[in-house]
Parts: sequence; C-alpha cells; structure tokens
Amino acid sequence: MTATKAPTEPPKQRVVRRPGDRIFAGSAKGSGIFILLVLAGVAAFLISEAIPALTAPSEDIPGGEGLAGYVGPLILGTLLGAVLALLVATPLAVGIALYITYYAPRRVAAGMGYVIDLLAAIPSVVYGFWGLAVLAPTLVPFHVWAADHLSWIPFFAGPASASGRTMLTVGLVLAVMILPIISAIAREVFSQAPALHREAALALGATRWEMIKMAVLPYGKSGVIAGAMLGLGRALGETMAVAIVLSGGAGATLNLIGSSNPSTIASNIALRFPEATGLGVNVLIASGLVLFVITLAVNMLARWIVNRRADFSGAN
Amino acid sequence: MAKRIEVSDLNIYYGNFLAVEGVNVSIEPRSITALIGPSGCGKSTFLRSLNRMHEVIPGARVEGKVVMDGQDLYGSDTDPVDVRRQIGMVFQRPNPFPTMSIYDNVIAGNRLNSKKMKKSEADDLVERSLRGANLWNEVKDRLDRPGSGLSGGQQQRLCIARAIAVEPDVLLMDEPCSALDPISTLAIEDLMAELKDRFTIVIVTHNMQQAARVSTSTGFFNLNGVGQPGRLIEFNPTEKIFSNPDQKATEDYISGRFG
Ligand SMILES: Nc1ncnc2c1ncn2[C@@H]1O[C@H](COP(=O)(O)OP(=O)(O)O)[C@@H](O)[C@H]1O
Ligand SMILES: [Mg+2]
Repeated sequence: MTATKAPTEPPKQRVVRRPGDRIFAGSAKGSGIFILLVLAGVAAFLISEAIPALTAPSEDIPGGEGLAGYVGPLILGTLLGAVLALLVATPLAVGIALYITYYAPRRVAAGMGYVIDLLAAIPSVVYGFWGLAVLAPTLVPFHVWAADHLSWIPFFAGPASASGRTMLTVGLVLAVMILPIISAIAREVFSQAPALHREAALALGATRWEMIKMAVLPYGKSGVIAGAMLGLGRALGETMAVAIVLSGGAGATLNLIGSSNPSTIASNIALRFPEATGLGVNVLIASGLVLFVITLAVNMLARWIVNRRADFSGAN
Repeated sequence: MAKRIEVSDLNIYYGNFLAVEGVNVSIEPRSITALIGPSGCGKSTFLRSLNRMHEVIPGARVEGKVVMDGQDLYGSDTDPVDVRRQIGMVFQRPNPFPTMSIYDNVIAGNRLNSKKMKKSEADDLVERSLRGANLWNEVKDRLDRPGSGLSGGQQQRLCIARAIAVEPDVLLMDEPCSALDPISTLAIEDLMAELKDRFTIVIVTHNMQQAARVSTSTGFFNLNGVGQPGRLIEFNPTEKIFSNPDQKATEDYISGRFG
C-alpha cells in the first residue's frame, strides 16, 4: 500500500431495519424461547416428581429390586418393540416411496399414496384391537415355526406363545403405525430430488434404478433418517396399542415370541397409573423421565447423522 | 470413436404438441455442429432427441429416424440406456452430483458401465479426463471434496470431464456456457476445439459469435409463431451461414434484423 493520506474513520453503516423483518425476527425468537420454556418446564416437573423414587431405599420400590430393577426391563421392552418396528418399517417405507414416486403409473401412485396416508389417520386403539384380534392369532403359526427352527437366535428362544400376544406382534403393529410417517417424508424428499441431477445420471446411461441410486437416494438420505427418527419417536411413546396387545409381566428377556414379555415404559404407565399411590406414582414418573431422555437422545442422534456429511448433502 | 448421425423426417412431440417438425440433417464425425435460433424454436428438444433424453419427459415421443453409423437409435431392439452410454450430454446448468466428491463425479459413468475398476485404473482415468477437460491443475489437490464447491465454470468442466470419461462417440452440449462468465466461456471453447479431434460434437448456443468461432457446420432453427412447430430452416458450413446464407430468415437472424 502506498497511500499517504491519513486513514479516515470509515463512515458508519446505518443499518436499515424494516418493520416486517423486525416482526418476523421477534416472533421467531419468541416461539423459540416458548418451546424451550415448555421443554424446561416438562423436564423440571419430571425431575422433581422423580426425585423421591431416585432416593427411596430399594426395597420400597415395587418389585423390591430397586429403581434400576424396575425400570430396566421396561427400557428393554420399549427399545425392543420400537427398534423392531423401525427395522421392519423403514425399508418397506423407502420401497413404497420409491415405487410411488418413480415406478408406479401416475394414477396408481396417487391412489396408493392416499391409502398409505389413511393408515396414519387410524386411531391407535383401533390398531391395538386389530393387533389383538387379527394379527396375533394369525402370527401364532409363525411363532411356533420360529421356536422350532430359529431358537438358536436369542430373539426366538421360545417357548412360543399360544396367543401371539408377544413383543414380535407388538413390533409389527408398531411398524404398520409408523409406516405412513416414514413413507410420507420419504416420498416428499424423493420427489424433490432435482431433475438436474436425475437427468445427469440418465444422460450418463444410468438405468432407472441406477439413477435412483445416484441422484435420488443420496439426496433423500437425510430426509429418510429424519422420517425414521420421527417414526421411532412415535413407536417409543406408543401406549394404547402396546397396552392392548402385549401380555407383559416378564423381567428382562430378549425373547420376542414368548408368552410373557417385558412391558414398555409408556404402556406400563398407562396400565399402572390409575391405581398407583405414594411412591408408586414417583416411580412411574421416573420411568417417564427415562423415556423422555431416550427420545431426546434419539433425536439428537438423528440430527448428528444428518449433519455429519452436510458438505455433501446437496444443500449448498 | 467419433460417429456420424443421420436424422430423417424427425417430428418431436410433447404429448399432442408438435414441437419440432420435419428435421433432415447429417452430422459429420469429428466436427462441431452448432444449432442456433430464437428461444422456444426447439433446439434443446431436437438435441435431447438425439440421445433419447427427450422421452424421459412424461408423454414425450418422436416420429422418424435417427441413425448413428447404421444403428437405428429408435429401433425396437435399441435400449435407450445403451444409446445414452454412446452419446453423452452436457447441460445448460452445471450439474455435478452434489453428494459425490470431484473424483467420484468424474468416474460416475464408468462405475455404471463396468462394475469393478482397479484403483490405479480409476486414478488414471480421473486424471486423464480432468486433463482432457482442462481442469486437472485446478482440482488435483482436492479430488475428495464435493464438486458443488467449485465455481460455475469449473463445475461445467467437471461435467465435461464426467461426460468424456466414458469415451462416448458423440457429445451433445445444450448452451454449456450460458451460465458462465466470459473467461470460463473461453476456457470451454478452447476445450471444444481440442475435443473435436476425438468426438462428434453438437452444441446449442445463443451466442452467434460462439457458433462462428467454434463450429464447422451450423443449423438454424426457426418457427413461424407461438404454438407452431420449430423447423430446421438451413444447415450449411458455418462460413457460408455467416457470410452468404441461403435463406433470408437466416440472414435476418444473424444480422440481428429479426422478429
Ligand atoms: N417439458 C416440456 N413439456 C412441454 N413442452 C415443452 C417442454 N419443453 C419444451 N417445450 C416446448 O417445446 C418448444 C421448444 O422448446 P425448446 O426445445 O426448449 O426450445 P429452445 O431450446 O430452442 O429454446 C417450446 O414451445 C416449449 O414450450
Ligand atoms: Mg433450450
């Protein structure tokens, strides 16, 4: 630099604030704070009500084996049912979404999308009764077969339940319940895969499936993960359907096809809360706190997965 | 291996709308053919019909014949996927795959064609293609970064590298420079002049100086009015088109006395 002039103060940039901007910024900030407050309030309530259960001597906790002994099997049951549902529903939902967006003739696609969306409108009580009255008896032969042939896998250790009211059936009911959530989001993101990149793939000589692998699935991946996590959240918290279908009562077991299964946190609360008194209430609320933490962790995990390769996400 | 394309009596439709009518033309191997004409006269439509990208649009279809070195591209036993492997395409807006690295973008087409490639072969191919697209020196240190992080001109050259990596017979380019600055445009024009020795190139351009600079033959498309089909009005060596065209409409268009 060869400037000889003394550096002058740069003129102050006057920031123009338009009322529309200000109103929008204010209301966005307000709703953000409101959500945080609600969340904090729920957490504070759960924690304060759970403290008596956390500090009580273990023989006072129902079951007499301490809080961990009581909540542990419930956590296992919750995760078993929800993860099973997710494993069944996600590939199915992705397949359905791809079929609707890229394979089906337009008329079929519209009808099919509509039917899948309808699944989301069915109340969970109805799913519960369907699971109890239709799915459970239908699956009994499979339970027997699995106990005979797959018993070397801990999940199918047996002996097989005669009623079919098992964790396996619950997982499948939950899978049907979360299918529309995942497939709706997958459909949305798949259909938004940019024509620019789909055409790039086709022009390179990609078949339709190769085009989907190159330009649609990578683009939709984070959306599918987000949808799957929403579905998982729903499955973790589902109460009615599980309470109706599952014959609980067992401690921790991985066996999916037996006649007594670990219950889930949500259905256990629903079943026990009406008769609970004193410390029993605190114990149930402590289990609710655990469910809250699990759901939060699942969502944070999903966010982390979605952000991990943000550079390559196509959002830039 | 550059190849010759013969088009006869080609009509191109979108549903019931006849967009381009009655095209007869022979495109020479190892040459650059430029297509010019006002917007909406069917240049892109015609170009996309040459590698069967037209039919990707629902309801789109063609009548007539497109033959490449004796092979009927619209024959009943011709697979459009094979056609597109032989006839590559570069689009108006640069479209590298955003979820892939620069490296993976370049060999995306080869990964489709041959399932397994040795690492050393792939490395060679990537370097050769990027050098062929005059991009190697700018990206050789960041091959693992996403292609979407490059400038527009670099992205377009990446797309050219991707297209030539599969060694097509013909390269179609639809206004490849219209989204680029003048420097990047010159870089791509230089590149086309080099690629002409190996490929048959057909380029749509809005820029008449560009057509005059790079092409050996030029086709002028025009249409009589909105809703009318576009037609190939004149096809001649570029020098003739720009100095002494056969058709009055061509002369009016290139001299700017148009409409
Ligand atoms: N996807 C499409 N669906 C229906 N009509 C189209 C489509 N694309 C282009 N057209 C029509 O075809 C005609 C030719 O368009 P196009 O080939 O894009 O012209 P150009 O590339 O010469 O500007 C125009 O009338 C245009 O409206
Ligand atoms: Mg065009």
